[in-house]
Amino acid sequence: MDNLLSIVTFLPALAALILLVFLRGDDDAANRNAKWLALIATSATFLISLFILAQFDAQNTGFQMVEQGEWLLGLQYKMGVDGISVLFVMLTTFMMPLVIAASWDVSHRVKEYMIAFLLLETLMLGVFMALDLVLFYLFFEAGLIPMFLIIGIWGGKNRIYASFKFFLYTFLGSVLMLVAMVGMFADAGTTDIEQLLVHQFGSETFSVLGVQIVGGLQTLLFLAFFASFAVKMPMWPVHTWLPDAHVQAPTAGSVVLAAILLKMGGYGFLRFSLPMFPVGADVLTPLVLWMSAIAIVYTSLVALVQEDMKKLIAYSSVAHMGYVTMGIFAGNQQGIDGAIFQMISHGFISGALFLCVGVIYDRMHTRDIDAYGGLVNRMPAYALIFMLFTMANVGLPGTSGFIGEFLTLMGIFQVNTWIAAVATSGVILSAAYALWLYRRVVMGDLIKESLKTITDMTRRERAIFAPLVIATILFGVYPAPILDTIGPSVEALVSNYQTALAAAESATQVAVNH
Amino acid sequence: MLSADLGIILPEIILAIYAMLALLGAVYTVKDGAASLLVWVTSGLFLAIAVWIGLNGTGINIAFNGMFVDDGFARFAKIVILVSAAAVLLMSEAYMTRRGLLRFEYPLLIALAVVGMMMMVSAGDLMALYMGLELQSLALYVVASLRRDSLKSTEAGLKYFVLGALSSGLLLYGASLVYGYAGTTLFSGIIQTAVHGDLSLGLLFGLVFLISGLAFKVSAVPFHMWTPDVYEGSPTPVTAFFATAPKVAAMALFARVMHDAFGAAVSDWSQVIALLSVLSMFLGAIAAIGQTDIKRLMAFSSIAHMGYALMGLAAGTAFGVQAMLIYMAIYVTMNVGTFAFILSMHRDGQPVSNIAALNMYSKREPGKALAMLVLLFSLAGVPPLVGFFGKLYVLRAAYEAGLAWLAIAGVIASVIGAFYYLRIVFYMYFGEERDDPLDKSGSPVLWGMLMASAVIMVVGVVNLFGIEGAAAAAAATLVN
Repeated sequence: MDNLLSIVTFLPALAALILLVFLRGDDDAANRNAKWLALIATSATFLISLFILAQFDAQNTGFQMVEQGEWLLGLQYKMGVDGISVLFVMLTTFMMPLVIAASWDVSHRVKEYMIAFLLLETLMLGVFMALDLVLFYLFFEAGLIPMFLIIGIWGGKNRIYASFKFFLYTFLGSVLMLVAMVGMFADAGTTDIEQLLVHQFGSETFSVLGVQIVGGLQTLLFLAFFASFAVKMPMWPVHTWLPDAHVQAPTAGSVVLAAILLKMGGYGFLRFSLPMFPVGADVLTPLVLWMSAIAIVYTSLVALVQEDMKKLIAYSSVAHMGYVTMGIFAGNQQGIDGAIFQMISHGFISGALFLCVGVIYDRMHTRDIDAYGGLVNRMPAYALIFMLFTMANVGLPGTSGFIGEFLTLMGIFQVNTWIAAVATSGVILSAAYALWLYRRVVMGDLIKESLKTITDMTRRERAIFAPLVIATILFGVYPAPILDTIGPSVEALVSNYQTALAAAESATQVAVNH
Repeated sequence: MLSADLGIILPEIILAIYAMLALLGAVYTVKDGAASLLVWVTSGLFLAIAVWIGLNGTGINIAFNGMFVDDGFARFAKIVILVSAAAVLLMSEAYMTRRGLLRFEYPLLIALAVVGMMMMVSAGDLMALYMGLELQSLALYVVASLRRDSLKSTEAGLKYFVLGALSSGLLLYGASLVYGYAGTTLFSGIIQTAVHGDLSLGLLFGLVFLISGLAFKVSAVPFHMWTPDVYEGSPTPVTAFFATAPKVAAMALFARVMHDAFGAAVSDWSQVIALLSVLSMFLGAIAAIGQTDIKRLMAFSSIAHMGYALMGLAAGTAFGVQAMLIYMAIYVTMNVGTFAFILSMHRDGQPVSNIAALNMYSKREPGKALAMLVLLFSLAGVPPLVGFFGKLYVLRAAYEAGLAWLAIAGVIASVIGAFYYLRIVFYMYFGEERDDPLDKSGSPVLWGMLMASAVIMVVGVVNLFGIEGAAAAAAATLVN
């Protein structure tokens, strides 16, 4: 199959189009059909995406399964995957059927709901596969529309504020990236990512309005991209949209947001910032590393005092993304391996945690931690699953959460011991907030009157968690499949990065000597 | 010689003669009884002429010693003008009939305005420019106050007339200065006087006054004051017309004067236009936030959009003109759809323009709400809709011309602007149910226009229906 990637990308959109055009009516039958069609489409996408994994050759560090076609304005329709992106594609296709299954109880505008999620899947897959700057931007930004609607229509009480904040925050971040892309187009004469990766952007220091810009054009481009990815990631101090969006979004929306959308920021750093602007990245690395360290400690402390379960998990996500940026900008094999691993594993774990909240929210319609307590007495299976993912979130050895955190800490230790020390204290804090949450919700006696009739997880809910449990434990015990897939590509990325830095260094030396 | 000249200007002649004959015929026979028929015939004629120009036009033809230029640029603009005018005219029929506004003069005044616009985009001389501009403006002053018994409509017409006359005065004063210092009114003569890209002080003054007059016509800040009042006061179909064809004509005329007459001194006017552009984008984005009337909101939206189109013009390159043409074509398509939606907003037969009336519109009319959603995101410039590509073109043009600051200002303004488009989405999708919903039905023409425009916004991503190449060819004939 020559256009495997396009098939995978646009299959969900096709299903959405079918729903839009052919499904009529608002009765139970129509709703059931919408759900089943969405589930079948996402599952089929996952199955077809397995062919991508099967065809993928980890030893080849270039782009594979490339498709290319002319588009307008000298742009191209170009798709492809390499070791860095292929696992994000798999993560997306893997999570989406679970997300659809988790929203089986939606009763309000089911058809539109399914359409929004199916379109969102197409756009997310496009982000990870696009090999043209503008095509990437197209998918990256378009994802805002369905997510805006998902939060705004199916969200909680304060959904309007959250949806507007989400949209405008991320939109502002990415339009600067658009200007930078136009600048790259003007500088390199192409928007082909494959060619841009080997293009040298200027790094001579110049001054703008009297301010010396060390690293020149590269630093400016890096900053513009950073504005977008840091908001998406999200990094401290531009993370404030995330808790609002998470709290107000419906469960499935939170899962997609945490498991996949946040990873676009990290993916962007690895695809653009590090390889294309090495000098700019190097200039700003200390800033990014300290922002990550502050994020880890600060947001962990904030998580500690939250009253709302979703908000707590949202802040814990910000902290975990801090490890990711820290690993990426450590700029060595362990750090970047760990960052990618952490992103994949955080996809499983945070997705599962939001699903855990969803399970009891569906029963009690509150997310207040105080409203719960002693759930273990009536929900033993739930208590077990929730415990597994709490531990994985803390980074207990044996779960996938451990591998990612450990690798990123190992990577950063070689670069900056102080940051490693600060970040490691975040591990302790994460244990504090996660375990405390678990104690307050699950342990103790069941004294609350309203909880006396709560029922344990249904078969559908257990089925949704099963793949996540397997993935979390499997990759915690045996991380080799992931590390082997990303290893060669990361190695190439790191060596290119170091070579570019060395070249820039010697160029400066030559300039000084003359 | 004369016959060759007349051959070049034949489309305009046909349209003008048609308008006058139809006027005479209707006055002496059935009067308003023929109004509906005239709307359809006039639209049909517009489309026929558009097709004719599109298929037959080749090369650069100059008539009347350079007074009239028929080149690829003019043809591109004329086709956009004719098609959008036809679309708006068709949309207005049902609305105006229902309110007893449909007089037989309406389609004919529009036809005369269109003749004026076609003259404007083909002008090769300051006199021809002024003639076309006034023909267009006089017809528009009248249609603005078409609803004679409404205070707001007459106020709109009067305001438009007084301020329009002022701007014409500015433009004429500029033209007289240019004539005085260049010794000719022909664009091809004026461009010769700017040797080595330097304009004499008098010419520079004339240029600034010309720009002021033209900026009034495209409603660029700080010459925008008339726009919100005229948009709000005029009958909605007339507002729809104001927002589309005249804007294209004025913008094309702007490009024509700048490049044909002052193309040798790009740096002199590029900064002025860049300033107009940045002011328009920000004022349009910020002032629209507080609006509750959708017509006023669209007025500020059009001001912001003119800012983006001017960004392409400010680049001063062929690519900039191409970007501007593409932007205007996309803008017009979006506005036709949006106004089709606004025209179908009515409750108990009365037109409604309050945004809050759209509360939970998506519940009752999911199809139309979805189409409007697409248009709003496209107006905001969110990918993957076609509106984004319009912005991408002008941003690239500005950046490549060394106006990176303008590009950055533009994207920041687009974020602010996104807010008010989202606010309409908010009412339609997230709002609360009202007990006095809008009427359900709309005319099939409006429904068709709305849907067509929304579908274009989505499907156009594939290749923009090939207008990229056409616009490039058009821009190449203007800028050498």
